[in-house]
Amino acid sequence: MSEIIGTIFIVIGLVFDIAGCIGLIRLPDVYNRLQATTKSITLGTCSILLGAFIIKGFTGIGVKSLLCIMLLLLTAPAAAHALSRAADISKIKAWEKKDALS
Amino acid sequence: MKLKYLRWSAAVLSLILVLLFINIYPIPSLLGWQSSFLARCFFILMICFAICLLRIVLGPTSVDRAVVINALGILIVGFCAILSIPTGRDWYLDIAIAWALQSFIGALAIAKYLEGKGLDE
Amino acid sequence: MKTKITLFIISFMIWMLLDWPLDIQHALIGLLVAGVVIFLTRDIFTQSLRWGPIRTFLGLGACIPFFFWECLKTNVDFILRLLHPKLPVNPAIVKVKTTLKTDIGLTFLANLLMLSSRGICIDIAPEKDMLYLHWIDIKPGDHQAAAQSTVDKFEKKLKMVFD
Repeated sequence: MSEIIGTIFIVIGLVFDIAGCIGLIRLPDVYNRLQATTKSITLGTCSILLGAFIIKGFTGIGVKSLLCIMLLLLTAPAAAHALSRAADISKIKAWEKKDALS
Repeated sequence: MKLKYLRWSAAVLSLILVLLFINIYPIPSLLGWQSSFLARCFFILMICFAICLLRIVLGPTSVDRAVVINALGILIVGFCAILSIPTGRDWYLDIAIAWALQSFIGALAIAKYLEGKGLDE
Repeated sequence: MKTKITLFIISFMIWMLLDWPLDIQHALIGLLVAGVVIFLTRDIFTQSLRWGPIRTFLGLGACIPFFFWECLKTNVDFILRLLHPKLPVNPAIVKVKTTLKTDIGLTFLANLLMLSSRGICIDIAPEKDMLYLHWIDIKPGDHQAAAQSTVDKFEKKLKMVFD
């Protein structure tokens, strides 16, 4: 039973990861791509690790994956903040939608 | 405008075809665990890596490439987690934790370099 | 001194989680390694953390379901935007006000805005009362009403914990 629930969590995480990578291709700007990275890919990877914890229970793999979830949730926003500030200082303009096309 | 929809539907169709091909094609099972469903899952993550490398080739500025390297560092953690479930080895998660920390420090260093400062201020 | 004791407990817990099946030998080596770690970082963490009493931890624990629900809702919305054929994003850089005073409160606000709202935080003004956000969904009519309302909603939760 726990294997089925864990596999469902892993499949949800893979869907989030693929959507984030498609966002890296489709979105037009550095800041938008940073949003795709720091939201979708982080949440997808956390879902995969949670699936590993549900399948394995309180063994070595499960506890280490819980630790890894904590570490990702702490470090991913800090890295995104540093990169966005670097993009702002090196004078990259933000993309805006043209009114004529819409 | 019509070309845009055509391109979108072609991309969705090709992605669905690739996913179906991965999950149906028989893998020769040498070690015993490669034929399970979880073993198919990390081929899907390999498609993610390929898309990220495409953005590294296309990216106009250097901040784009730094962003993609940060994303690759997060994806490898999930790769190690999926790899550790069917094999049952727990040192894959050790590699994952070390890789996450190293990727974070690398992103900070690249950001400091792009701001034009030294590493110790 | 309180900072050093907190750091010691945190590093010892991380050591014990890293080799999970609990063991007396690993616990002894962990005590030694945690002592070495707080000896090596004795001049980095010099300012004392003003952790309040137990109210802070209880407040943070009570905030978790709200932020988790916001995170899930925003991510599903963002993915549906990404896979839509017309790509309906209207990004803009906005400037919103905040009323949090302490440093740790501002840090938590920026990190939670990154993970569980539609914007990322670019910079903080030097007077600590303005946040520069890159927001993904700004309609041409209202300038920053959507961003301001979300930031106010997050602030009201965090104001009970910090300050």
